[in-house]
Amino acid sequence: MTFVINILSLGIPFSVALLIASLGEMFNQRAGIFNLGCEGMMAMGAFLGMLVPYLVGQGSYVPGYYNYLGLLLALAVGALLGLVFGVVVVTFRAPQGIAGIGMQMFGVGTAGTLFRHFIGGTQSVPGINVAPIPLLSDIPVLGVLFFNHNPLVYVAFLMVPSAWYLLFKTPWGLKVRAVGTHPRAADSIGIDVNKVRFQALMVGGALAGLAGAYLSLCQAKMFSDGIIAGRGFIAVALVYFGHWHPVKIMGGALLFTLAQALQLAIQGLGIDFPYEFLVMLPYVMVIIVLAFSRKSQITGPAALGKPFNREIRA
Amino acid sequence: MEITRKAIDSLRIEHITKRFPGVLACDDISLEIKKGEVLALVGENGAGKTTLMNILMGLYHPDEGSMFINGEKVHFRSPNDAFAYGIGMVHQQYMLVPNLTVLENIALGYKKAWNPLKLNLQMVRDRIDEISAHYGLSVDPDAYIWQLSVGEQQRVELVKTLCLGAEFLILDEPTSALTPQETDELIALLKKMSSELSIIFISHKLQEVKDLSSRVAILRHGKVVFQGNTIDHSSSDIAALMTGHEVNLPQNDAPACTLGPMLQIRNLKVKSDRGFLALDDLSLYVCKGEIVGLAGVSGNGQKELAEAINGLRKVESGEIVFDGVDIANFTPKQVIDCGMGYVPEERNTEGIVPSFSIKENLVLKDVESEKFSNRTFLKNSVIQKNGEDLRTQFDIRSPNIDIAAGSLSGGNIQKVILAREISRNPKFLVAVYPTRGLDMGAAEFIHKQLLQKRNEGVGILLISEELEEITNLSDQVAVIFKGKIQKVIPASEASRRRLGILMAGVEDDEQI
Repeated sequence: MTFVINILSLGIPFSVALLIASLGEMFNQRAGIFNLGCEGMMAMGAFLGMLVPYLVGQGSYVPGYYNYLGLLLALAVGALLGLVFGVVVVTFRAPQGIAGIGMQMFGVGTAGTLFRHFIGGTQSVPGINVAPIPLLSDIPVLGVLFFNHNPLVYVAFLMVPSAWYLLFKTPWGLKVRAVGTHPRAADSIGIDVNKVRFQALMVGGALAGLAGAYLSLCQAKMFSDGIIAGRGFIAVALVYFGHWHPVKIMGGALLFTLAQALQLAIQGLGIDFPYEFLVMLPYVMVIIVLAFSRKSQITGPAALGKPFNREIRA
Repeated sequence: MEITRKAIDSLRIEHITKRFPGVLACDDISLEIKKGEVLALVGENGAGKTTLMNILMGLYHPDEGSMFINGEKVHFRSPNDAFAYGIGMVHQQYMLVPNLTVLENIALGYKKAWNPLKLNLQMVRDRIDEISAHYGLSVDPDAYIWQLSVGEQQRVELVKTLCLGAEFLILDEPTSALTPQETDELIALLKKMSSELSIIFISHKLQEVKDLSSRVAILRHGKVVFQGNTIDHSSSDIAALMTGHEVNLPQNDAPACTLGPMLQIRNLKVKSDRGFLALDDLSLYVCKGEIVGLAGVSGNGQKELAEAINGLRKVESGEIVFDGVDIANFTPKQVIDCGMGYVPEERNTEGIVPSFSIKENLVLKDVESEKFSNRTFLKNSVIQKNGEDLRTQFDIRSPNIDIAAGSLSGGNIQKVILAREISRNPKFLVAVYPTRGLDMGAAEFIHKQLLQKRNEGVGILLISEELEEITNLSDQVAVIFKGKIQKVIPASEASRRRLGILMAGVEDDEQI
C-alpha cells in the first residue's frame, strides 16, 4: 500500500511539466500547427524562470514572489517564441517540421548559452515549495496524494477542465477547431485563419514556457543543460496519444509519469534486475498503448501541418 | 448586422480583372443584377465564374475594377464585408468543417452568438429553427457533418448562408454533386426562394438555367460574351455561345453487340471501408463492344465495384472473369497487364499524380515498358513525343506538356487520364463518373471517345449518376442498389422515371 502511494505521490508532480506542455501543444495542433519546437520553448522558459530568483538571491533569502515573477517571464518568453514561430510558419509558410526542429535547437542552444554566461555552473534556487491545502491535506491517503503539492500542480490540473471549456464551449475554441480542420471553410465564413493560428501559437508557446519553468523552479530547483530531457517531444507524442482531447492527454501524461515513478520505485527496492530495462519501461508502455489504441480519423485536425493560402486553388 | 443594413436594390461590377500566375481568370468583366432577379452564370470550366464570385464575396481581391451596391462604390476586404451587405455564397466544394456539428458550423459565422466566455448555442439553434421553418428546409442541428450525405450537406450550406442573413445568394454549381431527385427538389426550392431573394447561380446544366433563371450571362475565357433574358434563348443557343461552337452530345445508336462476353462478374462479395458488405452477391456481364451503364445513387457500391475489378479492393468471394481469366484479387499491376483500363472516380488523387508533369502522367502505367525505358533510364525523347501527340489528339489545353498535371482544369485532367488509358489500347474500360463537374464541351469530347472505343470492340462499364449520360451512351443499363444489381434493362427502355424508381430500390418497377 505504501509502495503504491509512494509511486502515485511521486508520479503526480512529475507529470505536471508534461501536462502543461502538451496542453499547449494541443492548442497549436488543434489550430493546424505542428510545433516540434516545444522542447526549445520549454528550455527558454526553464532558464528564464529560474534566472530572476537566482539573480535576486545570489545565495541570500529570496522573497517568494520573485519565483512568480520568473514564471511570468517564462510565460512571456514562451508567447514571444510562439509569435516568432508564427511568423516563420504562418506568415512565410515554412515547412512546419523543419521550422520546429530549428526552434528546438534555437531554444535549447540559447538557453544553454545564456546559462553559461549568467550563471556558469550548477546553482540551485529555493524555488517554489510544497503548499499543503489546509484541512484537505489531512485526509488520510488522499491528502498526501492530491492536496500536498506545490501550487503549480493544482493549477496544472485545473487547466485540464479549463482547456476543455475553452476549446469546446467558447467562440475562440470553435474557431481554433475550425481553422485546424478546414481552414478554407473558416475563411469563407469570415474568420481570419492566420490570426487565430497566431493566437493559438502564442497560447501554446506560453504554456510551453511555463512547463519549462516548472521544471527549473518546482521540480529540479536548478537549471542545467538538458533539463528538459526530451519532454517537449514527449508532449508532442502525448497530443496524438490523447487524440487532441485535454482529458485524454492528462491520462497519457499520468500514465507516462506513473510508469516512470514505478521504475524508480522498483530500482529503490534493490531487486537484482538490470535497471536499464526499468528505465525503458515508460517508453515501451507508450509505444504499446499507441500501437493498440483505436485509430480515429475524424477527431484529429485534418489540416495539421498545412499552411493556409487563400489564393492557391485546392 | 441586420440593423445597419440596407436592402440591395442593385449590385453592379465594372471592369473586374483578376490575374493568377500565368492565368487571366477574369478579363474586364462588367455585370449587373437587380433585386429579385435570378442570374445564371454559365461557362465552361476555367471560364472564371468561380473566381468572379469569390471576388464578390471578398475572398479574392480584384487587380482592377470596382463594385457598386445601390450605386455606391464598395470594397470588400473579407467575407465579413460581404455578409454585412447580406451577400452569401454556397461554394461548389462545401465549406463545412466535417468534425463539427451542423450547429457549430453555423455558429462559426453567427457572430451575434459569440459571447467571449461562452458560445450561445441556444441562440444559434433558435435561428436555425426560424430559417428552417420559413423556407421548409429541415436540418438536424446536432448531426456531425461527416455523417451527412452530400444532399444533406448542401441543405446545411443553404441554411447556414440564410442564417447569416443572406438576401443575395450566390450558388456555385449547386447541383453538381446531387442525385437527380435531389436536384429536382433543390430547383423547386430555389424557385420558391427566388420570390424573396436575389440569386446568382453558376451552372453547366442548361436545363436548370432554363428552369430557374430570369437572366443569363455567359463567360468564356474570363470574358462576358453574352448577356440576355433567359426566356429569349434556347438551350442549344446558350450551349453554342458557351463553348463557342455547336454542341451535340453524341448518342449511342449503333446496334447492340454480338461479339461475346468480355467481363463476367459472378456472385461478387466485397467489403466497404467500414467493414460491411458493400457488394453483396453482385453479378454483371459486359460484352465486347458494349457499354453497360451502371446507374444508382452514389454510395450503393459503385466505388467498391470499380476498385474490386481493378485490384484495389479485396474480393471476399465470387469471381471476376475477364476475357477468360478470373482476375479477382489480382494485384493492380496484373489487372492492368490483362488489358484493363480505368478512369477512377477521384481524378485528382487517383487518376493522376498532380505534381508530375502532363507527359509523365501520360506514361505512368508504362514507364517500365520497352517503349518508354530501357529498364535503367527513361527514354525522354519518346516520352516527350508521346506527350505531344496525345496532347494534340485529345485536345488537352495547356501551354506545354511539362507543367504539373494538377494545375490543369478538371476537364483537361480528365482528358489526360482518358488519353493515357485509351492510348494503351485496353480490352476493357471502367469509367467512373467520367464527366462529373465537366462542362459540356469537355463532356461531349469524352462521350465521343468512349463511343468510338465501343465501336472498336472495347467493352465499357460506365458508372455515372447523370442519367442522361447513361441513357445516351449505354447499350444496357444496370441499376445498382445496396450492393446488388436491381435490374438490367436495354437503354431504349430506360426512361428517367423508370430508372429513378429502380434507383430508389423498388424492384418491380413495371407495376408502377
